[in-house]
Amino acid sequence: MKVVLENLTKIFPSRNKKSNEEVVAVNNFSFTIPDGKLIGLLGPSGCGKSTTLYMISGLQKPSGGKIYFGDDDVTEVSTENRGVGLVFQNYALYPHMTVKQNILFPLQNLKGADKLSKEEMLSRAYEAAKLVQLEELMERKPSELSGGQQQRVAIARALVKMPRVLLLDEPLSNLDARLRLQTREEIRRIQRETKITTVFVTHDQEEAMSISDMIVVMKLGVVQQIGAPQEVYDNPVNLFVAKFLGTPPINVFNGHVKGEKLYIGEDAVLEVKNVPDQEVIVGIRPEGFYLAEDGALSCELSSIEVMGRDVSIVSKNAACTAPVIRSIIDADTPINPAAKTVRYNLRKNKVFIFNKETEERIYFEVN
Amino acid sequence: MVDSKHQWKAWIYLAPAIILLLIFTVWPIINTVRMALLEGYSSLGAAGGKTYEFGFGNFVKVIKYKGFIKCLYNTILLCVLTVPISTLLALLIAVALNSIKPLQKVLQTIFFLPYVTNSIAIGMVFTAMFNIVGSFYGTENEIVITAGIINNIIEFFGGKAINWVNYGSTYAANIAVMVIYIVWNALPFKILVLLGGLQSINKQYYDAAKVDGTSRRRIFTRITVPLLSPMLAYVIITGFIGGFKEYSSIVGIFGEGMGPADDAGRLNTIVGFIYDALPNQQHGRASAAALILFAIIFVVTRINMYVSKKKVHY
Repeated sequence: MKVVLENLTKIFPSRNKKSNEEVVAVNNFSFTIPDGKLIGLLGPSGCGKSTTLYMISGLQKPSGGKIYFGDDDVTEVSTENRGVGLVFQNYALYPHMTVKQNILFPLQNLKGADKLSKEEMLSRAYEAAKLVQLEELMERKPSELSGGQQQRVAIARALVKMPRVLLLDEPLSNLDARLRLQTREEIRRIQRETKITTVFVTHDQEEAMSISDMIVVMKLGVVQQIGAPQEVYDNPVNLFVAKFLGTPPINVFNGHVKGEKLYIGEDAVLEVKNVPDQEVIVGIRPEGFYLAEDGALSCELSSIEVMGRDVSIVSKNAACTAPVIRSIIDADTPINPAAKTVRYNLRKNKVFIFNKETEERIYFEVN
Repeated sequence: MVDSKHQWKAWIYLAPAIILLLIFTVWPIINTVRMALLEGYSSLGAAGGKTYEFGFGNFVKVIKYKGFIKCLYNTILLCVLTVPISTLLALLIAVALNSIKPLQKVLQTIFFLPYVTNSIAIGMVFTAMFNIVGSFYGTENEIVITAGIINNIIEFFGGKAINWVNYGSTYAANIAVMVIYIVWNALPFKILVLLGGLQSINKQYYDAAKVDGTSRRRIFTRITVPLLSPMLAYVIITGFIGGFKEYSSIVGIFGEGMGPADDAGRLNTIVGFIYDALPNQQHGRASAAALILFAIIFVVTRINMYVSKKKVHY
């Protein structure tokens, strides 16, 4: 089931009666979610990602725009008739019911032609439980489960009624780091097996990048960029997206372009064809640096962090907007830890330049 | 743990409360047991130097006493009728109050008013409301006018005025008035507790139920009531305890006669029975009755706790 969002807008009226300041939580969001894909809505808190999710679920009514499930306009359809499964951030498992009763609950709500016999309900519930590997725990209460298990119960409860769309609100934020890694694989597997169009919300870019088919990066209610994770990472449209994706984060410098050459401080670091002379912001991915004796960019060496596979070099440069630059170098590269300065050359495709005012990307020829 | 060197300080700080509790709570309890176990005890007699023998005669006397069974019957009847009715009504009102936004605070205040009003005063108002003016010595035709607002309403809708509380009224009519009065009086506290409970239920359970297409009725029975069950248990247990101590509400409506003028004592309760024994220097009997009341409340509360262990989800 593809989901189409058309000019979706949500405006919250101001709480304060005196000021008429409205909050535009989601601004003119248009996007077609392809059938059977896993989509990550990504952005810092307050960017409108959860509001978008709740509008798709029907728990919040959009102020403008339309929502289609397939070809059905569901904008005015109430939540219960949309056929969505929603997993809440804190799972909202009914604490007085066992796992089995929780999973059965949505099925027992079915009325009329959809009504199931007791045996059917049970077999569906066990099927859903099997999918999330919970069969052993059916008689437990939610309070007797770990966070990860509760999460899986919530997913099973959302899946058992075979929703047209599965929605997950910050599904991993209540889990510890190890469990998070495991659970996100789990979500990916379940989504692949069920092929249900899934939308999930997260503020964790790593989480979104690792399991999504596509990510939507949002900021203050406005969609910044939509695309496959790698594509967005490799080709950010503006400084915000570039900064938001990637760990360690991108290194940002003040620079300028003069005579089709990009300068950071006094160092001419890169040739940028067809870019007129101007002040720019330069973003360089940590993996965009490589050491060279005669490297174009010279920085003051602070420390070297060995991480096994890679080596992370922490250095300083006056033009950098952050206190330190973090670059990731192949562990085999010989470095002298006693050296005062390091010299880098840059990989062209890992360097992005942005307009100083608008922070929009300025494209230059890579080859 | 307080350093043992300074423990005496702690005791000094606690002393005022402990001394008062010993004098006014602990000693009276012990004394009640003592008086109940001395045959025919009277404090006046004891002051005069009379000695009493140890025994269970007071209990036997109480149970054999003709009025006691009647009092027990009235007490249990009022309890059994009022606790479920008031709890159910309070639950419905609390849910309704919780689901409306405008005027919620105003209505909350209105519902809470009976709680801060003197029960004797409320009783007098109720008597006036259920009053009837007219003679009941002869036939029905002799009723000329009715004065109470309840009878006015009944007559307005073409019904016949009922003698609720006056001379010649029936036991059933008396009990009906008492039930209405006690329920009305018990509502505010229960509504307050249940409303507090409702407001502490996480809204996401309702969102989750909505996504799953749960009907309102099922939301109420499967989600609201179970999640409110600790509060409900509290309200029911304290309701029974209060119900077994019913006394002042009856005085409020019927006066110290505890019944209509032609049948005083008809609506007497166990607490009333205890009070009745005191002016007659029957302290032994009163103490024994008090201990019997304690035993009943204890057993009923244990049953309540036992049931709630199975039904309440903390």
